[in-house]
Amino acid sequence: MAITLNVIVQGVLTGLVYGLMALGLSVIFGVMRVVNFAHGEFTVIAMYAAFILFEMLGLQPLIVLLPIAAAFFVVGYLLQRSLISPFVGRAEHEQFILLVGLATVIVNGLLLVFGPDARPINLPYSFDSYAIGSLFIDKVRVYAALGAFAVAAALFLFFRYTRTGTAIRACADNLTGAAVVGLDVKQLYAVTFGLGLACVGAAGTLMATIADASPSLAQAYTLLAFTIVIIGGLGSMVGALVGGVLIGVSEALAGFYIQPSMKSMFSFALLIIVLVLRPQGLLGRRL
Amino acid sequence: MTNIWHNAGARGKLLCLLLLAVLVATPLAADRYLLSVLILVFYFAYLGQAWNLLMGFAGQLSLGHALYLGLGAYTATALWTLFGIGPWLGVFIAIPVAAAAGMFVGWLGWRFAIEGVYFALLTIAFAEFTRIGFDHLQVTGASAGLFLSVNSPGSDKWWNLGGGPLLYYYLALILAAGATFLVAYLRQSPLGYRWLAVREDPEAARAVGIDIFRARMIAMLFSASMTAVGGVFYGFYYRNLFPSQVFDIGRSIELILAPIIGGLGTIFGPVVGALILTPLGESLTALMEALGINAPGVKLIFYGLMLMVIISLRPDGVWPWLARRLGLSGARK
Amino acid sequence: MTALLSVRDLSKRFRGLAAVSNVGFDVAEGDIFAIIGPNGAGKTTLFNMIAGAMPCDGGTITFAGERIDGLRSDQAAQRGIGRTFQVVKPFPALTVEDNVVIGALLRTTSVNEARGIASEVLTQLDLIARKDQVASSLTLPDRKRLEVARALATRPKLLLLDEVMAGLRPTETDRIVAILRDLNRAGLTILLIEHVMRAVTALASRILVLHHGAKIAEGTPDAVLRDPAVIESYLGAEAL
Repeated sequence: MAITLNVIVQGVLTGLVYGLMALGLSVIFGVMRVVNFAHGEFTVIAMYAAFILFEMLGLQPLIVLLPIAAAFFVVGYLLQRSLISPFVGRAEHEQFILLVGLATVIVNGLLLVFGPDARPINLPYSFDSYAIGSLFIDKVRVYAALGAFAVAAALFLFFRYTRTGTAIRACADNLTGAAVVGLDVKQLYAVTFGLGLACVGAAGTLMATIADASPSLAQAYTLLAFTIVIIGGLGSMVGALVGGVLIGVSEALAGFYIQPSMKSMFSFALLIIVLVLRPQGLLGRRL
Repeated sequence: MTNIWHNAGARGKLLCLLLLAVLVATPLAADRYLLSVLILVFYFAYLGQAWNLLMGFAGQLSLGHALYLGLGAYTATALWTLFGIGPWLGVFIAIPVAAAAGMFVGWLGWRFAIEGVYFALLTIAFAEFTRIGFDHLQVTGASAGLFLSVNSPGSDKWWNLGGGPLLYYYLALILAAGATFLVAYLRQSPLGYRWLAVREDPEAARAVGIDIFRARMIAMLFSASMTAVGGVFYGFYYRNLFPSQVFDIGRSIELILAPIIGGLGTIFGPVVGALILTPLGESLTALMEALGINAPGVKLIFYGLMLMVIISLRPDGVWPWLARRLGLSGARK
Repeated sequence: MTALLSVRDLSKRFRGLAAVSNVGFDVAEGDIFAIIGPNGAGKTTLFNMIAGAMPCDGGTITFAGERIDGLRSDQAAQRGIGRTFQVVKPFPALTVEDNVVIGALLRTTSVNEARGIASEVLTQLDLIARKDQVASSLTLPDRKRLEVARALATRPKLLLLDEVMAGLRPTETDRIVAILRDLNRAGLTILLIEHVMRAVTALASRILVLHHGAKIAEGTPDAVLRDPAVIESYLGAEAL
C-alpha cells in the first residue's frame, strides 16, 4: 500500500509537468484550431537547451526555466508569423502535414546534432528525496512539479486578468466578432503560439531534470501531449493539467506493476476509451 | 472497365502504354541498384494508392497506416515461419486481419462522429498500441524481431517469394500498375462518386441519400486490405520485421508522402510522387555516402522539408500542374 | 385524398428552449406548400427534422404512408425527400456535372445513366452551359440552382427548398419561380421555406405561418395573408 501510494505521488508530480506541456498544445488548438504536431519535438529541443546550458555554463534548469521559456515564446511568435499563419483556416490535413514535416525535420536534426544517446542532467540533488512517513518523494520531481504548477498558474492569470489574455480568449470564442471590434487577430495568434511554445519550453526544461534528453522522446511526447489533451478536453486549460496528472499516474502504475515499456500502451488504451465514450474529453465542451 | 480507357484521351493512352512498355523492358538494361530503386518507387506508388483511396477520395486522414502494413507483414511472415504456409496463401489471411483492424478503427471513429484531427489521432493511437503489443508478443519474436530464414526448405522458390530482384521488380510493378488501375476504375464507379461527395461535404452527401458511414467503411476496407498486401511484400522483400520499424509512425508518414507530393485525390498523383521522391531520396543517400558523411537522418530531413514546401506552395500536388503542362486530362480532383 | 407528407405534434427543444412546438400540417400530393415566418421562428429546424438531419423530440412525420421520424437524412433521401440547404452546400471541388451526377446515382447504378439524368436536370435549370465548371467558381444564383438541380437528380417525390430565393435579384427570383412551377406541373410536390413574399404568393397553394416555433395560421394564400394574427406578428413587421 505504501509502495502504491509512493508510485501514485511520483506519477502526480511527473503528470504536472506533462500537463504543462499539454497545456501549450491545448492553448494553441483552443485559440487557432491548429494542431501542433511538432509539440514533442519542441519539448525535446527545450530539454537539450537545458542540458547544454547546464553542461557548458553550469546553469541549473530551475534558473534557466524562464529564459528558455522566453526564448521559446519568441520562436513560437516568429514561427506563427512566418510559417504557420498562412495555414490558419486551411484544411485540417494541410496544417497537419505542414507540422508533421516540421516535426520530421526537427527530430532528425536533433539526431544529427546530438546523436541517439540519452543525455542526463546530473544535479547535486538528483538522487535526494523527501521522506514523509513512509513516503519517499524525489526532490527533482517536487521542484519540477512546483515549477510546472507555477508556470501554469501564471498562464491562467494572464488569460484571466490581462488585456491581451482577454483579447485572445475573445478570438477563441468568436473570431469574426473579435476582428469586427478591431482586434489584431494575426498579432494575437502569434502571441498565442508564442505562449504555447513558452509552455513547452518551460515543460521541456523541467522534464530534463526527471528524464534524459534524447531525440527518440520527441514523437512519444507529441503523442503523449495529444493523449493528455484529448483526455482532458481540447481547449480546456484545467483539462490539460487534469489529463496530465491522470496519464502521469497511469504511466507510473503501469510502469511499476506491469512493465515500463508497456506504460504508454495504457495511455493509448485510455485515449481510445475516452475518444469513444466522451470524445470532447473529460472537461471539454461538447464538440 | 472500358470506360477508363475510353476517357483517357489519345495522349494519355500513348503515354501510359509507353511508360508501361519502358518499365517492363527496364530489367534488360538496368543494374541491380537501379532495379532496387525502382522496386521502392513501385512499392511507394502502390501504398500511396492505398492511402490515397481513403484520404484523397473519401477524405479521411489516417496517420496510422503502418498498422495495416505491419499486420499484413507480420501475418504472412509468421504464417510462413511458424506453419510453413506460403505467402501466396498467407496474403489471403493477411488481408482479412488488416481489414478487420481497419474496420474496427473506422467503426469506432465514425460511429461516434470522431472526424478530422481526432480521427487521425485515433489511427495513430491504434498503430502505437499495436506496436507496443507486438514488442511484447513472444510468438513473433517480440522486440527482437522476426526473421525469414533463407535456408528452410522451399524458401528459394518463387512461389514462396524467394527470388532475386527480378521477381520483386515485376511483382512490385504489377502491384503498382494494378492498384492504379483499380483506383482509376473505382474513381469512375458510383462508389467513387460517393466517396468524393463524402469528402467534399458529408452533410450534403447525406442529403442525396449517401450512407456516409458505409461509404467510409468501404473506403477503409479497400485501403487497409491493399496496404496489407503491401505489408506482405515488405515482409518477404526485407525478410526481417521489427515492431519498432514496421509499426512506427515514421512508416505511416513515409507512405503518405508520395500521394501528397504527387497530388491528393488524383489517380496518378501517388505514382508521380513516388517517381519524384524515391529517386531523390536515394540519390541523396548515395551522395552522402560518396562524400563519406554518415548521417542517417538527412534523408528524412529532406522528406520533411519537401512536405513543408509542397504543402505550402502547391497543396494540390505536382501532378495536376504537370498534367496541364503535358496537355493531359484527368488531372482534376 | 391522402397527404404525401403529414406532420403531427412535431416538437424540438434546444437546451430547454422550444424551437418548434406541436406543429402539425399535411402536404397533399402535387401541392406547393410554403412555410413562412420571421427569423428564428423555427422554420429551418422544422425542415431539418422532416429531412432527417435532426432528430425530433416529439411527434410524428409520415411520408407516403410510412413513418419517417427517426430516420437519418440519407434514409429520408432514399425514401424520396430531396432538399436544399439555406447556406448552399455544393461539393466545391467537383464540377457542376459531377455534383448532379452524385445526386442521380441515388436512383441508378450506372454512371452513364446518371450523366444522362444530370444533363437533363441541368438543361431544365439553365446550368448546362456551366457543366464543366468547378462548383466553387459559380456565382450565388448559380449555386442556388445547382442545389436544386442536385436535389432534383435524386428524383424526389417531395422537394424541400430552404430559402432558395434569398439573396437573388428579382429577375433571378422570377426565373426560379418559373422553373419550380414547371416542375410542379410535371407532378413534383414542393415544400418551401421562403422570405421572399413575391415568390410565395406566386407559387404556393397553401401557406403555414410559424411564429416562435408554433403554428399561428394555415390555409390558402388569400386567407392567410388577411389573417390579423399573421399581419400583426409577421407581415406587419416586414412586408407591409
